[in-house]
Amino acid sequence: MEQLTPDQAAEAARQAADAAAAAADAAREAALAAQSYADQVADGAAAVVHAATGGAIDPFVFRLSIFVLAIFVGYYVVWSVTPALHTPLMSVTNAISSVIVVGALLAVGVEAVDTISGSSGHLWAQGFGFVALVLASVNIFGGFLVTNRMLAMYKKKSG
Amino acid sequence: MLSPNVTAVLYLISGVLFIMALRGLSSPATSRRGNLLGMVGMAIAILTTLAYAAPRAGAAWTLIILGLAIGGIVGAVIARRIAMTAMPQLVAAFHSLVGLAAVMVAAAALYAPEAFGIGAVGLIHGQALVEMSLGVAIGAITFTGSVIAFAKLNGNMSGRPILLPGRHFINAGLAILLVVLIIALVRTESHAVFWLIVLVSLVLGGLIIVPIGGADMPVVVSMLNSYSGWAAAGIGFTLGNTALIITGALVGSSGAILSYIMCKGMNRSFISVILGGFGGETAGPSGGAVEQRPVKQGSAEDAAFIMKNASKVIIVPGYGMAVAQAQHALREMADKLKAEGVEVKYAIHPVAGRMPGHMNVLLAEANVPYDEVFELEDINSEFAQADVAFVIGANDVTNPAAKTDPKSPIFGMPILDVEKAGTVLFVKRGMGSGYAGVENELFFKDNTMMLFADAKKMVESIVKSLG
Repeated sequence: MEQLTPDQAAEAARQAADAAAAAADAAREAALAAQSYADQVADGAAAVVHAATGGAIDPFVFRLSIFVLAIFVGYYVVWSVTPALHTPLMSVTNAISSVIVVGALLAVGVEAVDTISGSSGHLWAQGFGFVALVLASVNIFGGFLVTNRMLAMYKKKSG
Repeated sequence: MLSPNVTAVLYLISGVLFIMALRGLSSPATSRRGNLLGMVGMAIAILTTLAYAAPRAGAAWTLIILGLAIGGIVGAVIARRIAMTAMPQLVAAFHSLVGLAAVMVAAAALYAPEAFGIGAVGLIHGQALVEMSLGVAIGAITFTGSVIAFAKLNGNMSGRPILLPGRHFINAGLAILLVVLIIALVRTESHAVFWLIVLVSLVLGGLIIVPIGGADMPVVVSMLNSYSGWAAAGIGFTLGNTALIITGALVGSSGAILSYIMCKGMNRSFISVILGGFGGETAGPSGGAVEQRPVKQGSAEDAAFIMKNASKVIIVPGYGMAVAQAQHALREMADKLKAEGVEVKYAIHPVAGRMPGHMNVLLAEANVPYDEVFELEDINSEFAQADVAFVIGANDVTNPAAKTDPKSPIFGMPILDVEKAGTVLFVKRGMGSGYAGVENELFFKDNTMMLFADAKKMVESIVKSLG
């Protein structure tokens, strides 16, 4: 697997972004595959992008593509939200940003005994993960339920 | 045990469901379905994680279930109990939780990098460290910033801006220090440096929000919303998790757009809001120098008489209505007027209240149908045809000085043209100025009648007089 010069990398990134915009499905598969396989862009749709760009693409670039595209999606979706629902918008965005709970779950799930360094690092990680898990859960349940409560109050004129 | 590819696709699905959750908010009719999709997306993300990295130890499962249960119960109780007037505080508090959770997840990733697939202790990829430190810095800033915003909104702290001497230099110094520390962390992966980053960011978060006054709170709350999104995205990059990256980007841009809308509603630049110092007065008669000029005062009976004989009344609610909890009485008054054949509409200024859309929620809580509630640009032209503008708890957003007096601090702010209505009824506790600390010329106009009382009591007596 050859190294990329910055120019090539930039070109590759540009092409990846183009591909993503043009053929969302293909790019999405590519991004996902590349992401899971980290440094070894080997199979599936990733090979297509690989061939097209003539080099390995850092998974970071795929994540960045997803990130940038999601910002644009967010931009257009949020502008279409009616101003009357801006408060529920804030509470629901708050609830969904608690998807950070996946990080907390991974941390709580670590093996408590660290076989590599023998230090107490894993115990700490588990502790931090647990705190994060509780905080995120408050947000998930609180955020979605309070949004639901608010939205239930919005009624149309009867008759 | 799920394969990495299936896992990634499932995360993507939950990301798409989150997009659809926001999309649903384009209309109240589709919003509840959208919220449901958001919940499904969250459930998918959690279950996927548990299926992909199923902990082998029973103790870990216990911790997970315990954590979800504690958080879930606390969250559910809060969601059920919270008063709608307290939504701004609640949202600020929730933002602080996201910020702190981001810090905790980053710390966990630092102490047990193998669990997140980013290397081993002492050997974490440099790129992951950069992403992690950005996430943790923004998360910590969000945390203390939101705590202070909460204290200000909740009244634990004065809404008055607190201006430290040389604060811009202090903040700039801290920001530079933060960059240096991040570089040091990437080079050394020292845990001590990590905690220093957390500490500096915590201090910075507090210092950023402290100088911002009560009037700018809608911007602050939206801004912190945006920050919590960027923090989540930073962690998402570290973990290589699509759902987190998509969500972070969505929330980040959502908060940024809301901040923009709020700034535009006040005709203030984002920079000037961040620099702070604006709007120290708290609502009430104590604020500002009171001018000794004659105003026309009226009673509840006068107001009832005028409105009963009107053909069109536009109600302009503001934060004072929320404070007095007058929304239910207000709706009762509107019902009585409608029974008399009067056309009633509500006009909402973008920055009315303490957060975007706050007034709409309060009116919805009082069963006001949402198709009677209008935004500034949709209703402003109608004031000229209205017989009565009923201003309750709003002040600065109706001040004509914003259009006529270039020296006024609120000059250029879009306002509701209530002065064009036949009669302006102003419900107010006293002659004090509004949050911006500006005298309102409208009080002294011939067609203005001041109704000095607590908003709720005044509306209730008007309802009584309407019989």
